[in-house]
Amino acid sequence: MLVWSRSGRAFVWALFALVFTPVVLGPLAMLVIAAFAGDWNGVLPSTWTTEHFRDATDGTNLDSVVVSIQTALLAAGIALVVGTWTAIAARNAPRPVRRIADAVLHLPVAVPSVVVGLGMLVAFSDGPLLLNGTKWIVIAAHAVLVVAFAYATVSAGLDRTDQAFADVAASLGASPLRVLFRVRLPMLLPSLSAAASLALALSMGEVGATIMVYPADWRTLPVSVFTLTDRGKVLLGSAVTLTLLLATLILLTVVGLLRGKVEDRRSH
Amino acid sequence: MTATATVAAPAPNPDPPSTAPKPGRPHAQKFVNSLWILPPLLLVGGFFLYPLALVVKQSFIAKDGTVGLGVWRETVDSPQFTDALWHTVKIAVLSTAGCLVLGFFLAVVLAFVPFPGARLVSRLVDTILAFPSFLIALAFTFLYGTAGVVNAMADELGAGQPLVGFLYSPWCVIFAEVTFYTPFVMRPLLAAFALVPRDRLQVAASLGAGPWRVVTRILLPEAVPALAAGGSLTLLLTLNEFGIVLFIGAKDVTTLPMLVHAKGAVTFDYPGACVVAVVEVALSLALYGLYRFVFSRTGAARAGVVA
Repeated sequence: MLVWSRSGRAFVWALFALVFTPVVLGPLAMLVIAAFAGDWNGVLPSTWTTEHFRDATDGTNLDSVVVSIQTALLAAGIALVVGTWTAIAARNAPRPVRRIADAVLHLPVAVPSVVVGLGMLVAFSDGPLLLNGTKWIVIAAHAVLVVAFAYATVSAGLDRTDQAFADVAASLGASPLRVLFRVRLPMLLPSLSAAASLALALSMGEVGATIMVYPADWRTLPVSVFTLTDRGKVLLGSAVTLTLLLATLILLTVVGLLRGKVEDRRSH
Repeated sequence: MTATATVAAPAPNPDPPSTAPKPGRPHAQKFVNSLWILPPLLLVGGFFLYPLALVVKQSFIAKDGTVGLGVWRETVDSPQFTDALWHTVKIAVLSTAGCLVLGFFLAVVLAFVPFPGARLVSRLVDTILAFPSFLIALAFTFLYGTAGVVNAMADELGAGQPLVGFLYSPWCVIFAEVTFYTPFVMRPLLAAFALVPRDRLQVAASLGAGPWRVVTRILLPEAVPALAAGGSLTLLLTLNEFGIVLFIGAKDVTTLPMLVHAKGAVTFDYPGACVVAVVEVALSLALYGLYRFVFSRTGAARAGVVA
């Protein structure tokens, strides 16, 4: 307890509410209100409608939902495999190699997403690997942007797990592959699911790199929202944003359920 | 050698565990083990480092193919670039300062003056971390736009429209970034505050220290590592922020990432975009180095900061 007097506490709480309401609560409430607003000329909308929400889950916007989910699943999957692989392999590597791997895998955090997109355009617009104009340039950019977070999460998880279990399994004669799939990865399950959730959420909301590289037939939800608001269709834009949040929430719930399923199966 | 075999036939001199390097060729074993790191590193190299190197190379090659500092001179000399650089640094520094002040206040209240529902509020703050940043910018257009809620409310109260033009000023971008990035400061702070023994606050209070003195003499020193780690991460992220600036769409507020987008994806001036990109990356790498330094010094890993 920091503030002892009743009036003092009331004052601090009032100040908290005064700061918290416009800064955090207000914007979130606005988005929901806008998504369901019909006519909006005063303080609050005068009429309400679900029309925007229906539009947001129909036609080209529905295509964007599908595109966003596919991109997020592929990019997060690639990032998770690459990040986990590097984190585990780095443990067995000599110290200098380990430090280099650590630096390289952390680096995308420090590079602006638009620059990652620009790099993709410069590198893959011609030459042997022509990605520009295909969906793979979007997926590659997303994978690069989220791999650092996947690596950092799994690496931190490895720090917390006991290496002795893997050593004991190996000393009892388990093959390295068996040790990996039956001991190491199951022990890493919480970090793996955390890394997957983070990568999915980041990829679903990514806008900087995507807007640099996206081809006409692979438009993710955030880019759709930008095109809509840029044309003045802000209410529909809000409804699409709300759809984006819902889709992300569903993806994260599925990851949570999958994790629970795997844990259940193991405990039987 | 399997486990059952070991049990069934106990050898008088059992073999050493198979993971231990076999005597005679420990170096070979170690070498093979470290080879496993190559495939993922090659992938990251090919899809991240190689494009980045090409960006640097492209910045020295003009559109007509001449190699030299021509593009650099032309880009860096343009008022557009100087403007963008100034805006980027100003917005990042002021946003970070705002996040530190606001985050410290909110974290102190949540941790030490808790109210019913405080846990729910910290959950909400955590959720914001997973939201895309442009969401805040979009919400701001409804709140603070010319036809926004605040203006409409003031109009109804007879105060006119106080916020005309606010949405398109740098201050609005700063306000939006403070809103979005404050949770990044609060999370390590809340983790640090959880480790502060409550007795210490009670002893200080019983000895007559007022709340203000307790905050400045006890809580602030405890919070410095978390503030440093959260603050430098926020500075890095605000320096690179793109979504908020793009969605607010103020014509006069151009930042370096916006300039990269305008040159690279709108006018297709790749060399010019690459010059701006190199400056931007150099700026954020310098900061990132500082962040990693602070991070390793204070052990902020335990404070729950990502990366």
